[in-house]
Amino acid sequence: MIKHDVLIVGAGLAGMRAALEVCKDLDVGLLTKVYPSRSHSGAAQGGIAASLGNSEDDSWEEHMFDTIKGGDYLSDQDAVEEYVKAAPKVIYELEHMGCTFSRTEDGKIAQRSFGGHSKPRACFSADRTGHAILHALHEQVLKNAKSIKIYSEWYMHQLIVEDGRCGGVVVSNIRTGEVEVIHAKAVVFATGGYGRVFQITTNAFAGTADGAIAAFRAGIPLEDSEFVQFHPSGLYRQGILFSEAARGEGGYLLNGKGERFMEQYAPSRMELAPRDIVARAEQSEIDAGRGVDGKDIIHLDLRHLGEARIMERLPQIRQLGIDFIGVDCVTDPLPIQPSAHYSMGGIPTDMFGQVVIDEKGTPMKGFFAAGECACVSVHGANRLGTNSLLEATVFGERTGRSALKYARNAEFSKVNESHEKARVLNQVEEIFQRDGSESYNDIRNEMKEVMMAKCGVFRDAEKLKSCIATIQDLKERYKKGKVTDKGQLFNTELYEIIELGNMLEMAEIISTAALARQESRGGHFRTDFPKRDDKDFLKHSLVSRNESGMELKYKPVVITRYQPKERTY
Amino acid sequence: MAKFRIKRYNPEKQAEPYYEEFDYDIPEGATLLDCLNHLKWNVDGTLTYRMSCRSAICGSCAMKGNGHALLACQKQAAHLLKDGSDTITIEPLGNMPVIKDLATDFQQFWDKVDQVKPYLQNKEKPPERERQQSPQQFRKIDDATTCIMCGACYSDCNVLEVDKNFLGPAALAKAQRFVGDSRDQATRDRIKELSKPGGMWDCTHCGECVERCPKPAEPFYRIKELMAVGLEEGVTNNVGARHALSFVKSVKHSGRLNESKIPIESMGYFNIKGLLDLVPVGLRMLLKMKIPPIIHKPIDDAKDVRRIFEEFGE
Repeated sequence: MIKHDVLIVGAGLAGMRAALEVCKDLDVGLLTKVYPSRSHSGAAQGGIAASLGNSEDDSWEEHMFDTIKGGDYLSDQDAVEEYVKAAPKVIYELEHMGCTFSRTEDGKIAQRSFGGHSKPRACFSADRTGHAILHALHEQVLKNAKSIKIYSEWYMHQLIVEDGRCGGVVVSNIRTGEVEVIHAKAVVFATGGYGRVFQITTNAFAGTADGAIAAFRAGIPLEDSEFVQFHPSGLYRQGILFSEAARGEGGYLLNGKGERFMEQYAPSRMELAPRDIVARAEQSEIDAGRGVDGKDIIHLDLRHLGEARIMERLPQIRQLGIDFIGVDCVTDPLPIQPSAHYSMGGIPTDMFGQVVIDEKGTPMKGFFAAGECACVSVHGANRLGTNSLLEATVFGERTGRSALKYARNAEFSKVNESHEKARVLNQVEEIFQRDGSESYNDIRNEMKEVMMAKCGVFRDAEKLKSCIATIQDLKERYKKGKVTDKGQLFNTELYEIIELGNMLEMAEIISTAALARQESRGGHFRTDFPKRDDKDFLKHSLVSRNESGMELKYKPVVITRYQPKERTY
Repeated sequence: MAKFRIKRYNPEKQAEPYYEEFDYDIPEGATLLDCLNHLKWNVDGTLTYRMSCRSAICGSCAMKGNGHALLACQKQAAHLLKDGSDTITIEPLGNMPVIKDLATDFQQFWDKVDQVKPYLQNKEKPPERERQQSPQQFRKIDDATTCIMCGACYSDCNVLEVDKNFLGPAALAKAQRFVGDSRDQATRDRIKELSKPGGMWDCTHCGECVERCPKPAEPFYRIKELMAVGLEEGVTNNVGARHALSFVKSVKHSGRLNESKIPIESMGYFNIKGLLDLVPVGLRMLLKMKIPPIIHKPIDDAKDVRRIFEEFGE
């Protein structure tokens, strides 16, 4: 059995930032199913928010208000306050670690405008900010190799919980196929999101809900799962991300008639309205037949920015367009469409990263979560661009500190190693024994299609019911899938099958929570309930599973400084 | 219909690698990764490779296409069908052991990254806010920081093929990212380390890594920047630096290389062992009549060359 004081699952921004806190005093295992530098945090492009005020006066209060309004008043305001107050300090810490930032002429960190933010507060490293931070943190992790042991290409199967306390995880070494128990005083999940549930997504193949579902299966309800963000500028059909920074730098959105249609939807902020509003505007234009060439296409037009500006601020975007669709944004507009991007919901935690298991806030001892997999909730019903890198960094640090504090005073719990291992070995054996009458590829594609069509930008009761029925049917078919690789060595097919199982469960959770929320708020829009309903739905959803199926509970939203108001831009 | 000729290897089943062909009609706009996924998901689930972001930023899916390293997600499959050929040959990255099919073992790659102390070194207490860095200073490391550690350069590095101790292009580009960083204070120590055997001077300037790099990191240019810093810092007590200096001196003096003198100056006049090592090579050259003229003649317009040097201030 492998032992660590603290075991962190996921080595993106949140996981590595947490590891750097814990390693100050205790020994850390950092486990990832890829390599740390391959984590999806690295794909974030546009920036990380903080009210540094380097190009215009700014304050944490304004950042707080923008975040809460952007989240359609579903954010827990006490957590948001801590979060925005911490922002400048964590940015400076990143800078001190060596993270590269684009600079102003006088040598400060440069800041640019972003959707939903009333001030230019996105700190950035050209258009690869996530990449710059990810590598800076990775460098620090390598520097602290004595106390941080990295497990690259290990897969986390399940959480070990006994007597209400988390005692470790069951994992396997992807390379050898060996199943192991990792015993830990505290476990931190930083496992990212689940955009891969949808057909068109900006997410990496790795974004498959592993962490959220491991927690769910251990009896922890998932919070606000219905709130999935659709990014307005994913590459047509492929979803590859074109940063909002393209609009932050002044890019236009055009419909098939060449009109800047945002004028109709958010006249004061235009292209820089929050993402939920822009994505809905795009989808409305497409649904009304005003897409480019009558297709599901909107144009992102950067031509007027000129080559010099594009090369300085958006070089990667230009290259992506050239490589993936043969379009040079200097001379032609880029074809885009709304693409599943970010999960506002996730594993419920308090503002210190401690996982809570019910509406009363009961903690699960020894279990922490941070980053996209967690729901603190600072983003409420819709996250603002550049707030996710900030969340991963701020809450990665805070959660690392909480786990450190907890593990310092805790003993290893009792774990029945052979029993825990057997659970996973049996599951793998069961997969290998399936009769093979179904194709996993078909099941995966059908799930992604139905989630996009019926649980996407626009939802209604009828669509959602049919979506849930389809997912349940796919779950049955999943039990009969065809396996071709039954080896131990680097069996990527096996992990894809396990991931698909996680995604099917997540799809059902998302659509169940979406059906129950009979209102429209942030990223969740119901055409049959197009208005926000604070009387009945100013609350967080909690989905869990009992003997008869999915169960829904709710918990109140913490409101401190800003009372809910109508949200217009 | 295109043929994907894929190098397969699964030691659980068969000790030796072999090639297997798959037919697939490449859809318009499909990347190589799209094609591999089609094959894995519909034809043969045992086909093994890494992938994640499919947008050329995570660095997982580097492999060889038609003999050269590339990112599968970044490459339009149809572009690999050249000169009327209907076959695309896919192989694992070079200079690394293969685990299974297209998945290679990156351990040595990461070990070498570790060797360059890949983190900022600055002993001063940081200020309350950010450290200052001008846009010009940022630009010095802008390219190096685009590296995604995909291993494409490492795979196709010609030096690594014959010398496993060479740090390799990616680790050296990472080193430049710190040597060039105005906030790093370990430049001299770093340069000394990088001047040892296996370091920057062992690069043969073939430029292959620049061809293979899927990002603007282009390691060879970063290596050249490192060499320039080495000379500026006066860290010249090594064969590589002496070679470069002797090269320049010779061209400046006579407009062309003094091929007899360069090896001796590179080794150093007092490096007896190094000089003795040259003797067998010299003798072989003599036997084959390849020895350069003992008396080195300048070119006719050598003074014009000198003028160029003066104009550009060395």
